[in-house]
Amino acid sequence: MKSWSGIRGLFLIVRRSLRQHALSTLVTAFSIAIGSGLVMAVFAIKTQSYQAFTGGEAGFDAVLGARGSQLQLVLNTVFHLETSPGNIPWTLYQQIKQDPRVRLAIPYAVGDNYQGFRIVGTISQIFTEFEYSRGRKFQIAPGGRFFSDDTREAVIGSYAAQATGLRVGSTFNPYHGLVADERQRHRDEYTVIGVLEPTNSPSDRVVWIPIEGIYRMSGHVLRGGGEGFKAREGETIPDEHKEVSAVMLKLRDPQSGFQLDQTINKQGKVATMAWPIGRVMADLFDKLGWMNRVLALVAYLVIAVAAGSILASVYNTINERRREFAILRALGARRSTVFAVIVTEAATISLIGSLGGYGVYGAILATTKVIVKAQTGVVLSVWQTDAALWLTPLMMLAAGALAGLIPAFKAYRTDVAEHLAPTS
Amino acid sequence: MTLLEIINLRKSYAAPDGSRGEIIDLPYFSLREGEQLAMEGASGSGKTTLLHLIAGILTPDSGRILIAGEEMTALGEAGRDRLRAQTVGYVFQTFNLLQGYTALENVTLGQMFGRGADENRARELLARVGLRDRLNYRPRQLSVGQQQRVAVARALANRPNLVLADEPTGNLDRLSARESLSLIREVCREHGAALLLVSHDQEVLSQFDQVVRLDEINRAGFADKENEELIAARTSAHIH
Repeated sequence: MKSWSGIRGLFLIVRRSLRQHALSTLVTAFSIAIGSGLVMAVFAIKTQSYQAFTGGEAGFDAVLGARGSQLQLVLNTVFHLETSPGNIPWTLYQQIKQDPRVRLAIPYAVGDNYQGFRIVGTISQIFTEFEYSRGRKFQIAPGGRFFSDDTREAVIGSYAAQATGLRVGSTFNPYHGLVADERQRHRDEYTVIGVLEPTNSPSDRVVWIPIEGIYRMSGHVLRGGGEGFKAREGETIPDEHKEVSAVMLKLRDPQSGFQLDQTINKQGKVATMAWPIGRVMADLFDKLGWMNRVLALVAYLVIAVAAGSILASVYNTINERRREFAILRALGARRSTVFAVIVTEAATISLIGSLGGYGVYGAILATTKVIVKAQTGVVLSVWQTDAALWLTPLMMLAAGALAGLIPAFKAYRTDVAEHLAPTS
Repeated sequence: MTLLEIINLRKSYAAPDGSRGEIIDLPYFSLREGEQLAMEGASGSGKTTLLHLIAGILTPDSGRILIAGEEMTALGEAGRDRLRAQTVGYVFQTFNLLQGYTALENVTLGQMFGRGADENRARELLARVGLRDRLNYRPRQLSVGQQQRVAVARALANRPNLVLADEPTGNLDRLSARESLSLIREVCREHGAALLLVSHDQEVLSQFDQVVRLDEINRAGFADKENEELIAARTSAHIH
């Protein structure tokens, strides 16, 4: 009971001291909250980005495209970032489509935009057969429908619709290139006939039109046959002139991936197959491994600075509190109690800061979530479990308690008689 | 029955010039349970040092101090802290109240490091010293006299056998000092605690039946050490 009473006393002293030094406590706790929140957010964003870009369900197993960088191919077709590495002939699409190892092949033709949102020319199978996530196909919002392959109709992703204001019945003119430039405006007018339900994937930022529309777009020249070919109204485009930016592939099994990788990448010289998509993206993150070390270093520095601010904050109060410690000692408090008071005080400031850090973390992640979604379509989860979410506050707490050791030792050494002045 | 016994107690301090100056050299001193004794001494005569030694706040160079049968001087620091918290109440000249705490907290905090928090007793004590309606006042919100009452209540909070009072009325006016002194003596009597009060104020000393002059029992207080027989005689005569 007595020891419990002593602990109550200890916490009473800590509480009072923090209240007495409320301003410095709050300022220190605030700086720790900022530091803690930043560290948690940076690591959580890093982890979630890694998961979203490497482990997320892209829907496709592989991408076939022009000879070149697999990473560029994946970024361009799966995440709708970066430029296209080039085109491949339509015949290649036809070949791979017939390959028994391929379950589904969807051609993409890219290179146009509307208000910065990328236009992807494709076939209607993307809506009817493709699953962007296991068991999930694109769903059209009420009032809309999917396009037919030979029309000037468009189906738009939910985020693109929200950002551009396009809705069913709206018309628009595509722009050539990846940024909206009035001088690059195509004459062709498209009508929105459907808006997709949100998928929380990069597809939400895409404006889908029939691939035939890309071929016939004013100003577009097809070079699938080697020479330039311009499609004319009412005339069928011969297959040899057609070209695609990429062919999105769903394979029968992983073995098929190995075989096609061998055939296309290692033995062939015509095209590149990015496979598996997760591995391609993981390679990118692996190349950025040095960044993790920098982030870790920054985190340690932030924690060290936080510990330093706690040390300064508590240490500065010790001199003015020596009499208080002397009185407590005269009342029977042990040196160890005074020591524990200061360490607990430092740890408490750290704890308050760390708890506040969750608020900072939430705010940063919520903001980042909006930005990342706007830029990539990838959706981050604010409260997804991450080791940083418990490790950072724990390290802050430990750093706070450690920082308290120096002022605690100073308080521990307080000479009782000397500070119980005056003497008579 | 003897409550406090001091035998051959010596304490010296290092002077600024590096030499050591003896401030306490007390062959013998004792106090019975429940006894109330005033000790007279001029400023700088070692009154506070003696009280600090009795309370275990300071350690002597040599000698023994026994309180309630337990030898304070044989204990380590933690043991002295415990013995002080459980058997000694201390009223300081400047009260030494904790400024950020209420009157009630000042009293209960003393208990927390002693026999354990007992808020009811703390309330009772504060009521006894006339502060029933000032429990949640902080020292700054109390008059000097009221602050001293809180200090008295705190000194008795752990049911001590011995209350040490160091110039307890030094900061009070004459009337308040008289009232305060009566209160300390009454409350100590009611709670069965012995009282050792040190002061140089004749008004205070005159209220005690028993008064001992520190310079008469403390050999360190005499420049002329040849008169040791007289000292021994006075010391052994005491002091009861």
